[in-house]
Amino acid sequence: MKVLTANRLSDGIAVWYADGGWAETVGHADIAHDKTAEDRLEAIGAAAAANNEVLDVNVIDVTIVDGLVEPVRLREKIRAAGPTIHPDLGKQAARAA
Amino acid sequence: MYRYDEFDHDFVQARVAEFSDQVKRRLAGEISEDQFRPLRLMNGVYLQLHAYMLRIAVPYGTLNSRQLRMLGHIARKYDKGYGHFTTRQNLQFHWPALADVPAILADLASVEMHCIQTSGNCIRNVTADHFAGAAADEVADPRPYAEILRQWSSVHPEFSYLPRKFKIAVTGAERDRAAIQAHDIGLHLKKNAAGELGFAVYVGGGLGRTPMIAKKVRDFLPEAELLSYCTAILRVYNLYGRRDNKYKARIKILVHETGVEEITRQIEAEWQQLKDTELKLPEADIQAINAYFAPPALSARPEGDALVKQARLDSKSFSEWLDQNVVTHRHPDYAAVTISLKGIGEVPGDVTDSQMEAVADIAEKYAFDELRVSHEQNLILPHVARADLKVVYDALVEIGLATANSNLISDIISCPGLDYCALATARSIPVAQEISRRFASLERQREIGELKLKISGCINACGHHHVGHIGILGVEKKGSELYQVTLGGSADENTSVGEIIGRGFSSEEITDAIEQIVDTYLGLRLNPDERFIDAYRRVGPAPFKEALYAGETKAA
Repeated sequence: MKVLTANRLSDGIAVWYADGGWAETVGHADIAHDKTAEDRLEAIGAAAAANNEVLDVNVIDVTIVDGLVEPVRLREKIRAAGPTIHPDLGKQAARAA
Repeated sequence: MYRYDEFDHDFVQARVAEFSDQVKRRLAGEISEDQFRPLRLMNGVYLQLHAYMLRIAVPYGTLNSRQLRMLGHIARKYDKGYGHFTTRQNLQFHWPALADVPAILADLASVEMHCIQTSGNCIRNVTADHFAGAAADEVADPRPYAEILRQWSSVHPEFSYLPRKFKIAVTGAERDRAAIQAHDIGLHLKKNAAGELGFAVYVGGGLGRTPMIAKKVRDFLPEAELLSYCTAILRVYNLYGRRDNKYKARIKILVHETGVEEITRQIEAEWQQLKDTELKLPEADIQAINAYFAPPALSARPEGDALVKQARLDSKSFSEWLDQNVVTHRHPDYAAVTISLKGIGEVPGDVTDSQMEAVADIAEKYAFDELRVSHEQNLILPHVARADLKVVYDALVEIGLATANSNLISDIISCPGLDYCALATARSIPVAQEISRRFASLERQREIGELKLKISGCINACGHHHVGHIGILGVEKKGSELYQVTLGGSADENTSVGEIIGRGFSSEEITDAIEQIVDTYLGLRLNPDERFIDAYRRVGPAPFKEALYAGETKAA
């Protein structure tokens, strides 16, 4: 299972591709279950980078936890949540609020 | 301190205008990321995990209160209320929007600051002893030479596209507090038998994935030849440094592969062509730069002795802070103060907007408006009258910056690690925090004595782990964080690279392992004056290996 992620050009904030746009949280990102879907995500990412919406585009491994998308690697988990040392900063802050 | 002349002002303003236009065009989609990336890096803008990062140059770690206040203002207005001091004596903001960077650069320029050459394959911010100009043991202030190097290396046309980044450090004392042997060029300012100033020149040091200690290529270089000799070194490097492999591109690899004798011969041969050219520094120019660094007028404040004596009796915590964070000044009525940015359980090197403003106020009021950033990620007030130490201490207590742990085990260097950095393979800050909490007792820390603990979250070694008495390197293994421990590293005049002690430890195990190492040291040291590093050099790794892994060997 994979999703498409990048950083937004204007502010560098981590974003994930969801519902035809870029969401600020990973939970409802579009999931690719097979190679064809993965290729489609990669094409979308390349087009968005070429269109200067985002940069540093990657397709990453995910799993589903309690109905929400969650990255597999620690690096991507931290990107999706915020610095582990500052629960008050990053995406996790909004989630807690 | 150094003030911009007209040329500096115009140069920085022109760069702000140029980069602001580049940002505008990038945001408008007129230039691609591939085109923009080298431009943003030249101006200190990185992309990290959560956002962009902006690295601001603090030349040789010297700041005034106006500048620190501006950093506090930027932290509050454009970032998330804090900044992070680095091992290059710089400051990083972790959350700036690209769209805000032009405004931030304009604010910085208004206080004579910028982000130029804080990234890229060029000569980076020149670092210096953080007690420069104040230290009792110094031959001369190394910062004028660092400033000369800054002016020479800023957008130097020949050295703007080196094989890899290039770092220079300068110290003016025998006791090296600037880690010069861990630099591409390390300069030790000294006097020869005739009393003339010059430099011992070290080349080819560096950390990263292949740590190397710099080799001395010259015992005494007359001060007037500073630029001609550095140009010769850079030329040899620019010509022969490897460009085929990023990981072998630093000058340390060239020095290692060429051999110190041959590289010295090449540098000297190049220098013969350069030494009597316009690169020779005229005495008047050296004096002109020196004048900018004239020490403040330190009037006699003999009442300090009695005041300090009384304050010691009144307050145990002040007395401890005095013993640990205050060092001898060349003027007997004054002292240099380390403001620890390593509060127990805090993030090493982080400081909030309001703390920056409060420290700026203290510096303005009690320290002749001078501040330093140390490569150990602390702030320094270089000139404080002993008579004012108690007032300064009380003001620091109020803002939570009076932790008396300078040079102790909780005074940890730590890179941002996987909490922020796109290159990191493991977190480093939480490890620093847990170790700091484990050793929270100041009494216990003082019992252990001087111990330099340094943590990096990847092999690039921004946390200087190779030269920590105890070094920790975080890596990713099978999807988990694993921490390798090195012992016996040191970044002073007796620089050494630590040795890996054995298998790594999980994030749950690492603090226990460090405690075991410390307990082993306490058990074997000859007396309380034998520091950890001295004891390690005497006994070697065996007792530490035994303490950490003996059970495993027996079980196996």
